[in-house]
Amino acid sequence: MTSGSATSALPSFLDGYAPEATVFDELYAADGAVRPEWEYLIRSLGTLGPVEFDRRCAEGRRLLHDSGVTYNAFGEGGRSELPWMLDPMPVLISSSSWRTIEVGLVQRAELLEAVLEDLYGAQRLIRSGVLPASLIYGHSGFLRPCFGMPVAGNRHLPTYSADIARTADGTFIALGDRAQAPSGTGYALQNRVVMAHVLPSIFRDSQVHRLRFYFRRLRTALLELAPDADDIPNMVLLTPGPGSETYFEHTYLANYLGCTLVQGSDLTVADQRVWLNTLDGLRRVDVILRRVDGAFCDPLELRNDSVLGTPGLLQAARAGNVAIVNPIGCSAIENPGLMAFLPVLAQQLLGQDLKMPSVRTWWCGHDEARRYVTENLQDLVIKPTNPHSSDMTVFGGQLDAEGRDRIVAKIEAAPHLFVGQEYVRLSHAPVVVGSRLEPRPMVLRSFVAADSGGYTVMPGGLCRVAPTPDSKLVSTRSGGASKDIWVLASEPERELEAITASEAPLPLRHAEIAVGRRVAENLFWVGRYSERIEKTTRALREVARLTLEGDVTDQRDPRLQCLLSVACELTATYPPFNSGQSGPIENAGVTGILADQMLIGSVRNDIGALLGASDAVRDQFSYDTWRTILSIGSQAGSLGPTLGDLAGLEDLLTLLAAFGGLCADSMTRGARRRFLETGRCLERALALNATLRRLAADPNPANRPWHEILGLADAQTAYQVRYRSTPSAESVLDLLIDDDSNPRSLVFQLIRLDSLLQGLSPRGNQPDDVAPQKILRQALAHLRKTAQPDATEPRFFDAALESNLSYVSERLAAISTQLATNYFQPIEGPTVLTPQS
Amino acid sequence: MRYRVNHRTEYTYSHPVKLCHNEARLQPRSTPYQRCEQSHISVEPAPTVSTEREDIFGNRVVYFAVEDEHQQLVVTSTSEIERWHPSQAPPDHPMGWEDTRRNVRASDDPEVRAAQQFCLESPSIETSPELVSYAQSSFAPGRPMLEALVDLSSRIHREFEFDPERTTVQTHLSEVLAHRGGVCQDFAHLGIGCLRSLGLPARYVSGYLETLPPPGKPKLVGADASHAWLSAFVPELGWVDIDPTNDQLPDDRYVTIGWGRDYTDVTPFKGVLYGGGDHTLDVGVDMQRIDSIE
Repeated sequence: MTSGSATSALPSFLDGYAPEATVFDELYAADGAVRPEWEYLIRSLGTLGPVEFDRRCAEGRRLLHDSGVTYNAFGEGGRSELPWMLDPMPVLISSSSWRTIEVGLVQRAELLEAVLEDLYGAQRLIRSGVLPASLIYGHSGFLRPCFGMPVAGNRHLPTYSADIARTADGTFIALGDRAQAPSGTGYALQNRVVMAHVLPSIFRDSQVHRLRFYFRRLRTALLELAPDADDIPNMVLLTPGPGSETYFEHTYLANYLGCTLVQGSDLTVADQRVWLNTLDGLRRVDVILRRVDGAFCDPLELRNDSVLGTPGLLQAARAGNVAIVNPIGCSAIENPGLMAFLPVLAQQLLGQDLKMPSVRTWWCGHDEARRYVTENLQDLVIKPTNPHSSDMTVFGGQLDAEGRDRIVAKIEAAPHLFVGQEYVRLSHAPVVVGSRLEPRPMVLRSFVAADSGGYTVMPGGLCRVAPTPDSKLVSTRSGGASKDIWVLASEPERELEAITASEAPLPLRHAEIAVGRRVAENLFWVGRYSERIEKTTRALREVARLTLEGDVTDQRDPRLQCLLSVACELTATYPPFNSGQSGPIENAGVTGILADQMLIGSVRNDIGALLGASDAVRDQFSYDTWRTILSIGSQAGSLGPTLGDLAGLEDLLTLLAAFGGLCADSMTRGARRRFLETGRCLERALALNATLRRLAADPNPANRPWHEILGLADAQTAYQVRYRSTPSAESVLDLLIDDDSNPRSLVFQLIRLDSLLQGLSPRGNQPDDVAPQKILRQALAHLRKTAQPDATEPRFFDAALESNLSYVSERLAAISTQLATNYFQPIEGPTVLTPQS
Repeated sequence: MRYRVNHRTEYTYSHPVKLCHNEARLQPRSTPYQRCEQSHISVEPAPTVSTEREDIFGNRVVYFAVEDEHQQLVVTSTSEIERWHPSQAPPDHPMGWEDTRRNVRASDDPEVRAAQQFCLESPSIETSPELVSYAQSSFAPGRPMLEALVDLSSRIHREFEFDPERTTVQTHLSEVLAHRGGVCQDFAHLGIGCLRSLGLPARYVSGYLETLPPPGKPKLVGADASHAWLSAFVPELGWVDIDPTNDQLPDDRYVTIGWGRDYTDVTPFKGVLYGGGDHTLDVGVDMQRIDSIE
């Protein structure tokens, strides 16, 4: 079949698109014609032309990159952040196909919810023998401590997700059921945002169902589950943290749904209620949108080696004081073995036929099914029933004799832990490859949420396509791209209704989202690291200027030595260039301070720390701020190996300045911003202090590169304006220490810190003399006293300067420690008692 | 026989504990052969929250939280139990062990179905070929189930050394098997592991054993703290307890607290705490006949 034969004037990117006869092709019908639901899109893309379409594709990639949409992959080298791949060709689903899917998914959700209710309650299904005990009890998702536990709103499955596929005859079947923490909604939404941006008019005119409506209903439904109806519910999204595969989505969803992003350690259970540790004390949590696997949620009753959970959480849920969505224990239905029983269960529990069939499944716990599986391995996919099993999914057809024997032995040893499933020939959807379209196998992940009115299916979802035409696995992990799903509305009126309904007023949040201690701590360090990177970069730029633009060629040049030792002081790294050997500076180790990723204190290492701290509080930054942070990260990759790239250093300084400006402009005034600014200010004071102390330590005042020191403090212009003379010790120190109108001076930092600390709420019972502000004022008083013209000691005598600065530095360090004690997350988390035998 | 059991658990910490969450399975449940007449758990300092429930196995669990700063936690469980002599399992019950296995798998009796879950692996007990091969000499083809069970228990008693120094609550079953030593908990796990590796249902029982040595008999081991043994399911008879540590079928000197798949399901006392530093644990169990007190 050639694609051009049936429809005239098809765009050239369809040339050579060859649908495979044995599978369902989403784009072409069997008679070679483009399916009606695709016609408008294909025609419009034809009008757009290949050059413009390429440009739009590039624009889409840029948008995704700039938004920092990523997926964390885990491999032998640890975690790596992969860019999110979006194929710019959406997959179109007709209104009538979608209705069938919708009805099937709603019934499946109802059925699985009824199964959960029974398994954690009356257990009639097990006692009557409908479900074998080993199928349920052998599955790691069935959590015994959750037995008999009430669930909020009596909803055992408030959200549900299924991977579905279209088979050769055009029917949709379910490949897998997801309940633990169905991921993908945030990515689906992000895909939609990009597509609507890249193909605005085509999207608008295609009558695509909007996704917003679903999220609004989801948010309302979640808030409705809050146990105490009187108060404005406080909702949090519980994430395992930046190490999670889908951390991007957690931050994105938290922002979109308007809830606080928390980790298990941010929460405490007291009085059988869940509390968020905020700077202003404990704040009650009513609803937890859970993205931590159930077994890890409570070290008291579940896995006691988990550091992702909160001790006592299960008891709080049991007491009905918090709604957890989805309830812990719901992954009992993430059991492919259950699929073999769904038709019977639908009859038993709903009195209906199962509307959306599952992939044909043989649960090996039944003798007959096991025999079938072991005798027909070549045609089947063998899967463990447990989601985190050490056994992998195996394609029987790919096994040699030895592999077959091995898998049969495994099945025989624990038959209830394996299923055989039919190998599904997935339908093919068109994917952009170069400047053409090619067919690729696709799987759709769909999302369902319950509210008081029943289940709603998101009109769309996440489509994933295989990386190659003959790939057997379709998953993000295996390198496949994603697609937006366009569900076409048959009648535009429906869409209007949806929009009206979606604009119904939502409960507004009046109180400011509470600031968690972990958030405060990370923001403080974001402030410190960004300032530290700037200072080190400035020092290195001065070194580079001196050697590249100046006339210094000898490593022993005292000005160079002085700058290098300042750089050492700032970074607390002492490479061998202090030894005074001559030779090109690039080879003397100083570049390590810039680009050595493993060297603690290097610019590159500090950027890594900045990214880590920012990532942990990613939901706190505006879109543009986050883009800047990402740019700082990519700039780190291009640093070094020599100092020769002066422009690279300057670009980094520009980005850091942009970051500082964006924080100042886009963060709301309040505790969050206060901690970031405090970190920045404290670091700046410490850096200036370290620089000046280094100068005071040099016995020969003639060796001090005043000009470069001013550059380091970004105070050259200020100096020129004020003194209009060649820098001297007296004037430079006056400008950098005592001048309270110079935003780069030490006194200025201390005054600023004083006002920042003033705004922090005091901690309950701490002695006054350890209050950060008190410590700060000691430093300030000392500095001011020594600046008096009639001070008895000659101030700029090096030893005196050194001792004064040393006192200030020690006070500043004490402030940092005290802030940690008073406001940050305790270092010591919960510990598990030695159990009694 | 009537008993009063006093079980005192004391944790002492090097640093103050700010908050702790705990679960105690220290109150005997009632069974066909014992009635728990009364049971009370007291906690010092007084807990902010304390609530009792039944777990999935029907055991009694108390959850409590102490939210006031403390450096010592004392949990005392006091119970009065009436224990009857169980109707001894007929030593000549004829059902072979393979038939037992077949019967358990195929039965549509709800009680037998409920026992099926105890054939599966559990957090502390993995089945293995080593366990099968250890069990094999007791479970000769066609041997009656009960006879094989008693023989397995005797062999564990004979071939394994009681050695509290050798194992901890975390010791893996394979190490117990390799080193031929352990404590009552290990021997119960070992027996269960053997049975499950053969496809037979077995569960872990946590409880107490009276230590008053009858005149002229040796003092029984394992009663200074709580004790543990196992129970095997035999169709037509139900659950049959057996104590490999002391090589006997439990009689009216045994008081059951509860049961589960293994130790992790019925840990007598566990907790998670904030602060505390290092801690030391002191446990004292006192089991007395009420008739002799009053």
